[in-house]
Amino acid sequence: MIEIKFLGRGGQGAVTAANLIVQAAFKEGKFGLAYPSFGAERRGAVLNAYARIDNKPINVHQQIYEPDVVVVLDRKVIQMTNVVEGLKENGIVIINTDKIPEDLVFNGRLFIVDATRICLDLNLVISGWPVVNTAILGALSKATDIVKIDTLVQVIQENWKGEIGKKNADACLKAYNETYEVVRVI
Amino acid sequence: MSIIEDKKSLSNVKVVTANEAVALAVKCAKVDVGGAYPISPQTSIMEYLTKYIETENIPMEIVRVESEHSAMAVAMGAAAVGARAFTATASQGLLYMAEMVYWVGSSRLPVVMAITSRAMGAPWILGNEHTDVLLPREWGWMVLFPEDNQEVFDTIIQAYKLADTTLVPVVVGLDGFILSHTTMPISIPDQSIIDNFIPKNTPKPYALNTEDPFTHGNAVHSNLYLEFRHNIFKTIEDSEDLVDEIDKEWSKLTGRSYGGVIEEFLLDDAEVAVLVMGASSGDAKEAAKKVREKYGIKAGVIRLRSIRPFPVKRLSKIAQKVKAIGVFDRNMSPGLGGMIATEVKFALYDLKNRPIVQSYIGGLGGKDVKIADFENILVELKEMVDGKREVEKVKWVGLDLAAIEKFLEEV
Repeated sequence: MIEIKFLGRGGQGAVTAANLIVQAAFKEGKFGLAYPSFGAERRGAVLNAYARIDNKPINVHQQIYEPDVVVVLDRKVIQMTNVVEGLKENGIVIINTDKIPEDLVFNGRLFIVDATRICLDLNLVISGWPVVNTAILGALSKATDIVKIDTLVQVIQENWKGEIGKKNADACLKAYNETYEVVRVI
Repeated sequence: MSIIEDKKSLSNVKVVTANEAVALAVKCAKVDVGGAYPISPQTSIMEYLTKYIETENIPMEIVRVESEHSAMAVAMGAAAVGARAFTATASQGLLYMAEMVYWVGSSRLPVVMAITSRAMGAPWILGNEHTDVLLPREWGWMVLFPEDNQEVFDTIIQAYKLADTTLVPVVVGLDGFILSHTTMPISIPDQSIIDNFIPKNTPKPYALNTEDPFTHGNAVHSNLYLEFRHNIFKTIEDSEDLVDEIDKEWSKLTGRSYGGVIEEFLLDDAEVAVLVMGASSGDAKEAAKKVREKYGIKAGVIRLRSIRPFPVKRLSKIAQKVKAIGVFDRNMSPGLGGMIATEVKFALYDLKNRPIVQSYIGGLGGKDVKIADFENILVELKEMVDGKREVEKVKWVGLDLAAIEKFLEEV
């Protein structure tokens, strides 16, 4: 079972990202469940969403304490909370950022992508917020083998028809192509 | 088998939250009328239904009202004329609705209500707890509690069967947030299966009718009230087999069976078992497998699906096999114990060789309930069986009283 923790800020679409990854995994014959952190969510506040993916049905509902993968939708979150808390050894961290976060220390692999710029370029903005969730899923597909990029693009276009669906699919693909692993000295 | 395992048989699969599973089931049950008033974590159920009305033109009328009290009054009025009725609430909403909930129970109107479990204030709290779902068990309602999103869908359909057959309204409880807001795949059966399973054209001699006017619930004297109460008692008491039969019938149509009143997990050779309701049952099952592997403890899980009818018969059978039952209550009866533990003890007291029953209380107000918590419970139960540990009136899980001191220091 793979456990994924999404950290973002209210309005960035972390909850939707967790849901989409489960939909995509299901399309590929895997099982999953996704859930948000529970509280009074509001725009701008740090919030988490979680997903579990496995080859067999999942019925575990305890919270995720030791994620295999951490996805950070907003680099400012790194200053606000310990994003790598509980990360499994050799776990994967994916961050939406325009510069390498030098001071993030952990035992694992780091992937980065400038999803915010990709969304601004595509005008994927709602109420002033670049909605980076579909882009960051492209990065997740590049960094892990949880779901294929083609499946994600398909699922995104099933969830949003027309122009919006195309923009989100483009963001996902662009992020997939631009995501790279940071070589780190530990 | 509570989740879809045979992928080949999957038709019409959706990946949805449990709240959307409720709404989809209500749509498939062709419910006529719903009363809607928002409260977390229930709100999205009624939102999905209004969306289906808006975008799919489903023939359902939703009345938006000014309070939960009126939401139940809408459902009651609809059911009283023979329409299929639904509403949903949680927590404070249920408390405010209480008067009408009791009235519907006593009127024997076949309303189905979803309650997304949530703790009640004060203090102000959003987290999951089962106390609210359990209250209507004293109010003349059947109470069912599914484990996952697929079972939530299936149980709403089954609830209409149960309500229509017995003329007792049914609460379907589901874990607030932990399930209500969790996305999982569900398979939706062909509409014809549902139409045949819960036909709408059955005779309803109780339905109010302007051609032949009469009324419901008028004043009676004490020469009749006790008798009415007895009949409600008896109908619910006698429904244990019916819940099993409905589950079997559903299983023939869909391939999904949940064990009726109780899902028995690894109980065949079990020495100790934890009794649990709802979503955390999955974690309890993991724990049972783990303590079998790690310590060789023969552990199992008794998943209580039906709280009313309370499965006295089935539980008594299980109690002949196991030596200790730990009842995990995500609720409490202040000063006494867990509400379900109290009922389990009542149900088993007359057995000649009754097992140890230990009440555990935990997870109140949304405190996370972990696999490790259930492992501890199962290990403790084994120690009780072996005489190495005393049984206590109640044991608390995850209790950290120092947290209050810490909080007071911080503020």
